[in-house]
Amino acid sequence: MTDKKAIPLEFEKPLELLAQQIEALQKQLVDHPELESDISHLKKQYENLRRSLYSNLSASDHLAIARHPQRPYTRDYFARWDPNWMEMHGDRKGMDDPAMVTGLLHLGDHKVVVVGTEKGRSLRDKQQCNFGMPQPEGYRKALRLFKHAEKFGLPVVTLIDTPGAYPGMAAEEHNQAEAIAVNLFELAGLKVPVIAIVTGEGGSGGALAVGVANRILMMEHSVYSVISPEGCASILWRSADKRDDAAKAMKITAREILDLGVIDEVIEEPLGGAHHDYDLAAQNAKKAVIKQLEKMLAMSGDDVRADRQKKFRDMGQFKEAAV
Amino acid sequence: MDLKEWFASRKKQREAEEVKLPLATDEYCALWTQCFQCRELLYTSQLRQNQHVCPKCQYHFRIGAMQRIEQLVDHGTFHELDAKLESADPLKFVDTDSYVKRQAEASRKSGLREAVITGEGEIVGEKACLGVMDFGHFGGSMGSVVGEKVARITEYATEKRLPLILVSSSGGARMQEGIFSLMQLAKTSSALKSFSDAGLLYISILSEPTYGGVTASFAMLGDIQIAEPGARIGFAGRRVIEQTIRQKLPADFQTAEYLLKHGQVDMVVERGKLKEKLAYLIRFHASGNAKPQAAPPRPKAATR
Repeated sequence: MTDKKAIPLEFEKPLELLAQQIEALQKQLVDHPELESDISHLKKQYENLRRSLYSNLSASDHLAIARHPQRPYTRDYFARWDPNWMEMHGDRKGMDDPAMVTGLLHLGDHKVVVVGTEKGRSLRDKQQCNFGMPQPEGYRKALRLFKHAEKFGLPVVTLIDTPGAYPGMAAEEHNQAEAIAVNLFELAGLKVPVIAIVTGEGGSGGALAVGVANRILMMEHSVYSVISPEGCASILWRSADKRDDAAKAMKITAREILDLGVIDEVIEEPLGGAHHDYDLAAQNAKKAVIKQLEKMLAMSGDDVRADRQKKFRDMGQFKEAAV
Repeated sequence: MDLKEWFASRKKQREAEEVKLPLATDEYCALWTQCFQCRELLYTSQLRQNQHVCPKCQYHFRIGAMQRIEQLVDHGTFHELDAKLESADPLKFVDTDSYVKRQAEASRKSGLREAVITGEGEIVGEKACLGVMDFGHFGGSMGSVVGEKVARITEYATEKRLPLILVSSSGGARMQEGIFSLMQLAKTSSALKSFSDAGLLYISILSEPTYGGVTASFAMLGDIQIAEPGARIGFAGRRVIEQTIRQKLPADFQTAEYLLKHGQVDMVVERGKLKEKLAYLIRFHASGNAKPQAAPPRPKAATR
């Protein structure tokens, strides 16, 4: 955040305490000039602690940063990538889901169709966006834009930041599962390049529904998982308190998933998380997308499609029994 | 007991009666089986003869993959494919027990290697590829192997230009394989895309219960969607939805009949008529405008 102070997370408390000490000493500096050296010493300590803290984050620390209330959301990225981006609305079947943001955008020299899940900044926005959980209509809106991109030969860039698809009664009646499945199905067939970035939470099928991409990137502190760590803990450990264990066991962090070979690149975030500097985070993401995009633009449509299908065809690990 | 308590207890009682959802377990090797729905005591061998459907209330018991194949495929025509695929443990996953142990336990209980059996067979003389899930193995959950087997049978059907029938019964993606399980949704859907582009017929059969990642991928992508009577089918589970919306859901929510009413399936077909209907559908589409190529060569004997 550039204008507001970042809210410290639980694991950042020691850092916060040190910062408060420095601040207190600085107030006394006018009367006690001899404190100067202490302050500079503390400041050095602060920097060291900051670096070591952020280089040894646990899965649940990453999760906390990914869910940070000040984390940049999809609209923050779009607005920084192209202040004149044009939003497109509606699934043409009766609804415009605010939890799915779609539009047309200039990314450097490239024209792209953008699609992303949006959590909403103000409380009102959050309620309208169901805290980032799209309804089936949201996925159908995304599908409409995928088809638009295919028709006009425009690459697709998707941003993923969702706890998952909305589990509501109307959502089920309107066939949430089918909406997701059809997106997976249609994305697999696109002949234009698709690049996905997990910017915050990649929550299961609701995330994958806009994530079947040629290249999948993740922001450094984002997470991607098959079920929320809370959900996993309550099913396997029979207690939601075991969230941290579940987060660790499922390997949900960007680096771990990169090591598993599921994603292609981890995008560096400003120290402490993207919420400390929206502009830098957006810039890093933009650079990474353009780099990946330019590699793909030379490929023919059929190759792009085959490339994506092969990527997902190869996913999974299993063995063959002898007998 | 004051009035408020009395109302609360009455509400609780009513809810208990309403949501007496069948607790289907596969423990009917005993001589007698009590129907989960009408509580009728049934003679097990008779129940088996009736394809595990209660003769009194038509409740459809859960059945295993092998039983399903016996019911659908002409006797002696089924060739299993990819039978040797086994789950690995890519995450070295340990919760209260290790994934490796849980796998062994699941296999011991179900007698199966994995939660899906795939192969080729004939349905009233019509050749078709089949994938049948078994809820009795690890809750029918989809990990790498289930995804791989479904993708392989889809590719096999594409190559042989045969209709594909997948019978789903699953709690969703397998958490123990983490992100790999999630990616199986994309893998299976992607395989079905190529299958569909080839102009071939895919019939998806939804049986009790089909949820989560399986519903959100191949189970909902059928050219024709068939559900079994009373089957519960959905994306999110009932409890999760109730907790989210803080409301009680109607008793028939997410049942096959409810889905039919809401336009999500083409038909609800009782078990006894399923085979005939499948054969009819295969024949109907075989003589369509998309002309099938020359008769496929005989399949190789299944690798075992």
